[in-house]
Amino acid sequence: MLERSKLTLLGALVVIFAASRFSSHIGPYYYDIVLSIGINIILGVSLNLVNGYTGQFSLGHAGFMSVGAYAAACFTTYATGVLAVLAPLGGFVSVSIFFGLALCVAGMAAGVAGLLVGIPSLRLKGDYLAIVTLGFGEIIKVVIENVDALGGARGFSVASGYTNLFWVYAMAAITIYVVLNLVNSTYGRGFITVRDDEIAAEAMGINTTKYKVLAFTLAAFFAGIAGGLYAHFKQFINPEGFNFLKSVDIVTMVILGGMGSTAGVVLAAIILTILPEWLRWFSEQPFLPHWLAHLVENRMIPYSLLLIILMLTRPQGLFGGVELKRKKA
Amino acid sequence: MRIASILPFFATLALGALPGLAQDQIKVGEFASMSGGSASFGQSSHNGTMLAFEEINAAGGVLGKKIDLHTEDDRSVAGEPATIVRKLISQDNVVAVLGEVASSKSLEAAPICQENHIPMISPASTNAKVTAVGDYIFRVCFIDPFQGKVMAKFALSKGWTKVAVLKDVKQDYSVGLADAFEKSFTPAGGTVVKTQEYSTGDKDFRAQLTSIKASHPDAIFVPGYYAEVALIAREARQLGIKAPLLGGDGWVGESLLKVAGNALDGSFFSNHYSQDDPSPVIQNFVKTYQAKYGEKPDAMAALGYDSAKILADAITRAGTTDGPKLRDAIAATRDFKGVTGDITLDADRNATKAAVILTIANGGFQFVQRVAP
Amino acid sequence: MIEFLQQLINGLSLGAIYALIALGYTMVYGVLRFINFAHGDVFMIGAFAGLYVAPVVLKFSNGGPSWPGAFLVLVAAMVICAILGIVIEKLAYRPLRNRPRLTVLITAIGVSLFLENFGQYAFGVDPQSFPDLIGDHAINIPAWCGPLTDLTIMVSQVLVFAVTLILLVALRFIVTKTKLGMAMRALSVNPVATSLMGVNNDVVISFTFGLGSALAGAAGILISIQQPSIDPLMGLQPGIKAFVAAVLGGIGNIPGAALGGVLLGVIETLVVGYSDRLHIPSGYRDAVAFFLLILILLFKPTGLLGRVEREKV
Repeated sequence: MLERSKLTLLGALVVIFAASRFSSHIGPYYYDIVLSIGINIILGVSLNLVNGYTGQFSLGHAGFMSVGAYAAACFTTYATGVLAVLAPLGGFVSVSIFFGLALCVAGMAAGVAGLLVGIPSLRLKGDYLAIVTLGFGEIIKVVIENVDALGGARGFSVASGYTNLFWVYAMAAITIYVVLNLVNSTYGRGFITVRDDEIAAEAMGINTTKYKVLAFTLAAFFAGIAGGLYAHFKQFINPEGFNFLKSVDIVTMVILGGMGSTAGVVLAAIILTILPEWLRWFSEQPFLPHWLAHLVENRMIPYSLLLIILMLTRPQGLFGGVELKRKKA
Repeated sequence: MRIASILPFFATLALGALPGLAQDQIKVGEFASMSGGSASFGQSSHNGTMLAFEEINAAGGVLGKKIDLHTEDDRSVAGEPATIVRKLISQDNVVAVLGEVASSKSLEAAPICQENHIPMISPASTNAKVTAVGDYIFRVCFIDPFQGKVMAKFALSKGWTKVAVLKDVKQDYSVGLADAFEKSFTPAGGTVVKTQEYSTGDKDFRAQLTSIKASHPDAIFVPGYYAEVALIAREARQLGIKAPLLGGDGWVGESLLKVAGNALDGSFFSNHYSQDDPSPVIQNFVKTYQAKYGEKPDAMAALGYDSAKILADAITRAGTTDGPKLRDAIAATRDFKGVTGDITLDADRNATKAAVILTIANGGFQFVQRVAP
Repeated sequence: MIEFLQQLINGLSLGAIYALIALGYTMVYGVLRFINFAHGDVFMIGAFAGLYVAPVVLKFSNGGPSWPGAFLVLVAAMVICAILGIVIEKLAYRPLRNRPRLTVLITAIGVSLFLENFGQYAFGVDPQSFPDLIGDHAINIPAWCGPLTDLTIMVSQVLVFAVTLILLVALRFIVTKTKLGMAMRALSVNPVATSLMGVNNDVVISFTFGLGSALAGAAGILISIQQPSIDPLMGLQPGIKAFVAAVLGGIGNIPGAALGGVLLGVIETLVVGYSDRLHIPSGYRDAVAFFLLILILLFKPTGLLGRVEREKV
């Protein structure tokens, strides 16, 4: 099993590398969308580990993304000495290593934040955990807003747009690989046990806190990497871009995909990234009556309605329960 | 999602990507906050821009072609300007981009325009960093260092040497303007006796105002946006603070006086233009705007109007919409008779123009003085 | 000293606002174990309802402020919000009653987003000025109070405080002394058993939502009288703060919500007012609420007045 998945990962990386060679042909607007999809995949799959597989209710994922974004941005802006040291290795190699280091910094900073938030919070359950994670997400935002060196509320401009198709999708592939392998291991059993019946798990002697914190920290780590990629993609980050609404976006992806289904979350990430762009196109269509066009122009109106309808009609998401059913058989 | 609805989407986009499809029109892009928290600014500047292009098209267009305006809404959300400006440039093939009012949004989009050699004209972003991004980025308004200096000098001229500052920490604009004010105020003999902060969207400022009241300032500098300024003024008067308020062009908004009542009487602020300026250019603009939109144009609308007119004028002078030539023509703008004043773009691509200081009296704005750069 | 007293008054007044909104949150959670994210937005609808009803009512007093007129506007807003709350419950929450909590929470977030954005579409994004319904002015402090005459207490501030207290008492009365209240309490303990006892759960739940939303509507009017600038996004910030207040006091506990609200208001005001002496920039104001939230959840998750609930298996 392990052998096969490693081969699949390598194969995926090769395909991604090949695809990235052609990325200049698809036009900047589509490129933007494709990269956004990739980053959202990382965010969704990582949150799914916490919300889906471990059944913990986290509403502050954007906070970890922001920690990673700012950490990576600071690294590439202030640690230019590292780049200088790497320079003799040649332009492409040195930039790649530099950016790779930036992403590591991003992931680790976010992971540490995840640990700090997770350890005290994960004693709480259900709604309370949701509120605490929301609270921590807001606190992280407010702290960044008040630190002038990070640009505060006005934002941080990132000089170099290192992010490209290869980085985004390679990281997405790695995220999926790690999550799937983890879930199919004894750790995964631990996560799912915690989700299914935490009290029974405790009674069986399983250290539920350890599993919860592990899932949480790992999810934060990958969210941080997504943040680092985002920072060097949009090249401008500000705290408001990582607010509660962004966390809701990510949670929506997990729910649409079906909690506990990585494939579902990937599909959901694709759909939910394209949807606002599609709505944008739709609202511009001349055949729409004026009032309808105006209504749809504010894309949040159809988006929120879609959210409600989704919950009412298919709350288990696209693939909810499918992956687990297969395992039981 | 149904396949049927996706196909036309991609088909249309594919068609749109074909270059030069609509060659009898000049495509101009605009990005603004048409919804969300900053929507009133975006809608104002958009109205002004649309009015300008309508007038131009009615008079025959530019270089014999009509201007086709493509507007995208960034919903006041960070990250959106980048996406939509990329779309405007690569999908809609615009020759220039107008936007944005908020400096943070302009800062996000500017590198993209610069990279693609598409000139960008911001109607109202006053933070100095915006035009520093590159030589394709322009603005038709003055910058915060100038505005801050104007108000600092004014305060000192009135003998107000002790001033408290109440700024909006969430806004580039507010923090930058407060900084600029202090940098001019303190060396010239003024003292900032207290600094307090608030956030956009706050409605209660009594805590900050009580603290400010205890420091006995001669005046309070509130370089924020009108929604909060109106409430700040009300609550200040309720708390018994008699000192006048001073501010910047962010005060200009429909609801300012409706919400503040007479709490702002006797306060002063710097602005780009005055609705009551008897000059025929301005009065004509006010009348046409009011006829079309049912309300008087605020500063953002006036600046949106001017940014559009300057772009059209530059296209005419360049004789082409080719990027570098258009850029040079915009940079060469001298003494353009705009609604917001005589506009000359300086070497840093900022507008050198006068500011006006207005006061509030009798339920409206009154002109006090004009301050040349 | 005067500064400190004024800040205390400011804090109590702000706290009363939080308490008023928190009452609705806590009641719905107490009965239904459900965080109604859309509560802050119902409060916003209440304010706008008042905006449209007020001119009609004020016609009878020739447009001038009038207390009976204000009362009518208050009642009208409460009724409109109650209906809105019941409709939302029926359409969006009832079908999900047997679903996991995450589902209905996301739905609530969806309703909240919808109300905010539809509000922007319908009412416009610019803040609008709320009419002065009661002729608000500072209370005249008699001269014999000496230096205290320097303090400012607005009539509207006293009004909010008084109404919050009245509603608090009324709510407690309904919950503890009426049959419907007893049904509500029974429902919160065991919904199945309650329905087996012959109670129509649907009616009780609708009533709970209606009552909670009516409270939100009342809050909308009272706050708009004190801070007369309303816009479609006005429910966001007070909503979150009030929610924190409810948790602070013990979510599900009615007096707790009031206590939590007042406490949050006072602490927040003091932190902001003395920000330079505390070396905490007043921009951290919002973080105060969340910081308190986290503290209480870590050390006493059931809140100051809440009771610990043991989960039985």
